Amino acid sequence: MTEIRRTVDAVWRIEGGRIVATLAKLTGDLALAEDLAQEAVADALVQWPESGVPQNAGAWLTAVAKRKAIDGWRRRERLDARHEAIAHDLASRTEEEWEPIDDDLLRLVFTACHPVLTREAQVALTLRIVGGLGTEELARMFLVPVATIQQRVVRAKKTLSLAKVPFEVPDPSEWSERLAGVLAVVYLIFTEGYAATSGDRLIRTELANEALRLGRVLAGLLPREPEVHALVALMELQASRFGARTQRDGTPVLLADQDRSRWDRAQIARGSAALAKADSLGRGRTAYALQAAIAECHATAASVEETDWERIVLLYEALGQLAPNPVVELNRAVAVSMVTGPANALLIVDRLAREGSLRGSHLLPSVRGELLARLGRTEEARSELVTAAGLAGNDRQRDLLLAKAAALN
Amino acid sequence: MKYMLIMRGSAEAVAAYEKLDFEEVINAMGAYNESMIKAGVLLAGEGLTDAAQGFVVDFSAEKPIITDGPYGEINELFNGFWIIEASSKEEAAEWASRAPLTPGNKLEVRRVTDESDFADYADNEFIQKEKGWRAEEAKKA
Repeated sequence: MTEIRRTVDAVWRIEGGRIVATLAKLTGDLALAEDLAQEAVADALVQWPESGVPQNAGAWLTAVAKRKAIDGWRRRERLDARHEAIAHDLASRTEEEWEPIDDDLLRLVFTACHPVLTREAQVALTLRIVGGLGTEELARMFLVPVATIQQRVVRAKKTLSLAKVPFEVPDPSEWSERLAGVLAVVYLIFTEGYAATSGDRLIRTELANEALRLGRVLAGLLPREPEVHALVALMELQASRFGARTQRDGTPVLLADQDRSRWDRAQIARGSAALAKADSLGRGRTAYALQAAIAECHATAASVEETDWERIVLLYEALGQLAPNPVVELNRAVAVSMVTGPANALLIVDRLAREGSLRGSHLLPSVRGELLARLGRTEEARSELVTAAGLAGNDRQRDLLLAKAAALN
Repeated sequence: MKYMLIMRGSAEAVAAYEKLDFEEVINAMGAYNESMIKAGVLLAGEGLTDAAQGFVVDFSAEKPIITDGPYGEINELFNGFWIIEASSKEEAAEWASRAPLTPGNKLEVRRVTDESDFADYADNEFIQKEKGWRAEEAKKA
């Protein structure tokens, strides 16, 4: 990559979202805005080596893209009053005067995450346009060919055009649902990085960091929305364990066995601060906040024994009320076992087993096996752990479970 | 990747600040910080008090020696820092170039070490742990 390409990429990374947002607001068309911005980038690649990088590079790119918009309309003789207004605006300002508007960036986020798009398309568009990542970078992060990412972005833009999605934030009646959709996209990007079982670990860290960056941008745009701060808190707190959660060869290390000195203290502090901010808005805790609070209990405990398990049980109870989910229930069982012992926990797990909602997952038999082992029911425990190993999603998990089964005597 | 932007100014540059309208300085810094917060890249940042009020702990002797006053050369004072998340050296450079600093000031930019820089160390630690564990097992047997 040439030096100028890297410089342009860096500018785009910082300003791209706001440039596209400004253009989309002016033209009312996100797809057109993105195309215009890319043409301006192409111009920059040709002109900046000669002229030098402009003092306000974002303003330069925006002005060039606006001019291209006007030229395009002129050519097609489709200038109307609105376009005249843009032309006038362009003529009356200098390049240095560009003031990106936060509301436009917010419109961009909501449009990129519009429900008319598939999740996959929302993820690609959000990272590409809001996050300012290149298609090559995205392809590398998602382990797919560049052409696949390009197709996803092109298709997504076409879908938005065909559905005539307006470049606007949602109506108050749709607000919370649409905001939940945006947060789901960000968290999906995070978990893609955090929980993926395949791929290079550093790449996965990058994806999680990307999601955090998007989350912080959203928190800046929507400071009064507790769920946004709560999601940032959850991601910071979970990411703080990144360094300790796998061995060098990729073998997962269970929470209890992690070297807590390798947890990122600064990140834990940021997570706690974000959770405090969410709480300070006084609108109660929702699912992300409760999960963040659980993560905070672990993150701030010196050891497994010193963890406030009682508090964790209560948080899981609240989470289960809010969003009933068998995995949450299973986690509650583990927490209960730490407070009142394995027998009580086993009651919860056996009820889950009867309901059958976790059938086919290794999670239930592995927890059940652990509990039985602690109760001294060794034969049953071994059989459960072997069952769990047979259901495990990857070789490393399977090996870990088989090793546990073998260690029982 | 994390980068640290280290503010270094000469004594003259620091003195020159005292002639500026302090409110303006605060506003410019505030706007710069806000732009990085809004972009989701600012992780930490602090300004430091006058170097003359600091002290230096020197490890040259057997017992560390504490001396009052600024560290080293007066033209390379360390006055504050930011830690930012950036995806490339170029992005870090772009953010650094936007700092509202006056002539005489410099920013030193350094990448913060991460896990990848300690790959060998992590390996060693793991081997050490495993060695310990094997020794325990051997004792039991």
